[in-house]
Amino acid sequence: MKFAKTTMAIATAIAAVGISAQAHAGATFDNVVSKGFVQCGVSDGLPGFSYTDSSGKYLGIDVDVCRAVAAAVLGDANKVRFSPLTAKERFTALQSGEIDILSRNTTWTSSRDAGMGLNFAGVTYYDGQGFLVSKRLGVKSAKELDGASVCIQSGTTTELNLSDYFRANGMKFTPINYDKSDETVKALEAGRCDVLTSDQSQLYAQRIKLAKPGDYVVLPEVISKEPLGPVVRQGDDEWFHVVRWSLFAMINAEELGVTSKNVEEQAKSSTKPDVRRLLGAEGEYGKDLKIGKDWAVQIIKQVGNYGEMFERNVGAGSALKIERGQNALWNKGGLQYAPPVR
Amino acid sequence: MQTTASVPPARGSALTDPKIRGWAFQILAVVAVSGLGWYLFQNTQTNLAQRGITSGFSFLNNSAGFGILQSLIDYNQSDSYSRVFLVGLLNTLLVSVLGIFFATLLGFILGVSRLSHNWLVSRLATVYIETFRNIPPLLQIFFWYFAVLRAMPSPRDSITFFESAFINIRGLYLPGPHGTDAYPAFIASLAIAVVASFVIGHWARVRREATGQPFPVLATVVGLFVLLPAATTVALGNPFSWSFPELRGFNFVGGLVVIPELVAITLALSLYTAAFIAEIVRSGIQAVSHGQTEAALSLGLRPRLNLRLVVIPQAMRVIIPPLTSQYLNLVKNSSLAAAIGYPDLVALFAGTVLNQTGQAIETIAITMSVYLAISLSISVLMNWYNKRIALVER
Repeated sequence: MKFAKTTMAIATAIAAVGISAQAHAGATFDNVVSKGFVQCGVSDGLPGFSYTDSSGKYLGIDVDVCRAVAAAVLGDANKVRFSPLTAKERFTALQSGEIDILSRNTTWTSSRDAGMGLNFAGVTYYDGQGFLVSKRLGVKSAKELDGASVCIQSGTTTELNLSDYFRANGMKFTPINYDKSDETVKALEAGRCDVLTSDQSQLYAQRIKLAKPGDYVVLPEVISKEPLGPVVRQGDDEWFHVVRWSLFAMINAEELGVTSKNVEEQAKSSTKPDVRRLLGAEGEYGKDLKIGKDWAVQIIKQVGNYGEMFERNVGAGSALKIERGQNALWNKGGLQYAPPVR
Repeated sequence: MQTTASVPPARGSALTDPKIRGWAFQILAVVAVSGLGWYLFQNTQTNLAQRGITSGFSFLNNSAGFGILQSLIDYNQSDSYSRVFLVGLLNTLLVSVLGIFFATLLGFILGVSRLSHNWLVSRLATVYIETFRNIPPLLQIFFWYFAVLRAMPSPRDSITFFESAFINIRGLYLPGPHGTDAYPAFIASLAIAVVASFVIGHWARVRREATGQPFPVLATVVGLFVLLPAATTVALGNPFSWSFPELRGFNFVGGLVVIPELVAITLALSLYTAAFIAEIVRSGIQAVSHGQTEAALSLGLRPRLNLRLVVIPQAMRVIIPPLTSQYLNLVKNSSLAAAIGYPDLVALFAGTVLNQTGQAIETIAITMSVYLAISLSISVLMNWYNKRIALVER
């Protein structure tokens, strides 16, 4: 009796462990198709990138990247479930398979790409680190910040860049770390710190959250390169390609003048070979990715091209009013460039 | 060789022999458990390698590259992750030690107050205990940090005491001591006072047990601790030079700073745990039968001596084991400090370092073993003390 119980317990334990063992290439893709939705790790509330509106709907650039992938793979941009994650939680959530894509204003670095078992699928937003200070301090440049207390979100590249910048300029600082970006904003407002540092896009977003945004100013210095993009697990090439090309499809669409308004018409009647290939009128490019022929049409129809996504979430059509700048297309003086579909 | 002669004939087959069966199953259980452990280890290793996640402990030597708010030892950004580990560990120990000290002090006062014959005192203690032990510790931490300490003024409008101590939202700034040439002699005099106190205490006890004559130990010890350091100071000069905090640029510079995160976590944990300790102390005192007090009083002991010599020594035996659990709880609860950004072991090592290196399994394993080690050390220490004060039956 006792023996039977012990054996059963051991067998159960082994079975339970066995389930989580060994992922094969393409596991995430198959898994997403069979469960019928994409599990997407996003930020815990950052206007313009990932936040919820009054009805609880997720909005933002990072959110739209996941919606684009869902549109390409499942044909419906709404088949996404979101997991809000703090900066500290995000990589573990992806490594452990809790989420399928990490789209959470995450900076592409060599150690993350090569050392953590992750792959960056592209760049959704070219960012750089900056400083937000109260106007009352009368600081005009980051070089005047010697001795300041600086609020930072812990577990970010921001934390490392900050140290580098102050060390390089021979200045001292006191780091005040919090897990959530909201907490850093509250601490700045209360005066726990003099300066808040983060990616510039975030600074604009966080400034909106302050009671008196006009009392705070973003300093001109940009102290780092922060290419932000979606991340997937390493060794899962099919899924990696789908995510990467969903993003490229949006950038290509903007370059070719395909928008959510005209995409269906263009798919039928366009004579430009580039457009016809992107929209599946010519060739079998969806098949290479193991998804439908109209994958790009679904993305652009439901989510929009890169330009539309940018303007709606962080650009002129949003409260943030961020300029395209580095995020303009390559032929308009920016860095956004996608390899061709062919 | 014939050994069967020594085996009792009634034994029967080896399959039904309870002794052999008992051994067999125990061996089987050990094999199964270690096999499972080995399988889990292998499985983890394979999966990590397959997913291209770096494993191993070599990351500990890499340079950390981030700043830390509070460090008890010298630390700068170019130090290694193992240094960060040490900084975090010391910060955790600091909170634990401060918390245990204040919680014990307050807990004993409250526990005795609750038994007081003074109506107001005992009711106040009851209200305190029922309030503080019934609110989750995390909420209490938030209360002190966000509601109380966030309401402090900015550095430029600091609350000032005698132009040398300042309170503002960035912390409590105090004059900080620096050792001078007379400092080693000063420390030596303190050490001599400590040793002498023990010797005198021992001698006084032996004499009292032999002759019954009391000796004013407390007064002598206090005298030693005042006179010896004072004598060295007079002879060799001031052992400390003080640096005063002064507002320069954004913040106060110089002196000693107690950050609000540390204040909040220490306050919250001490006040919370004190409520439990108070109840433990009360139960300990009540566990000593009233007959003991009556006997002591009838022997002519005054109430104060009765408490010190009869009640408390017996109460301690009841108090120590649950008190140990409260100390352990306090140490473990100190990991809640991460919620308000106090740089303890969990926030620094299991948080930031984990995130910067991506080596979740290693960092979490190290952190868990450290908490285990701290808790076991406290247990060992308390058990040793418990054994020492245990009832000696003659």
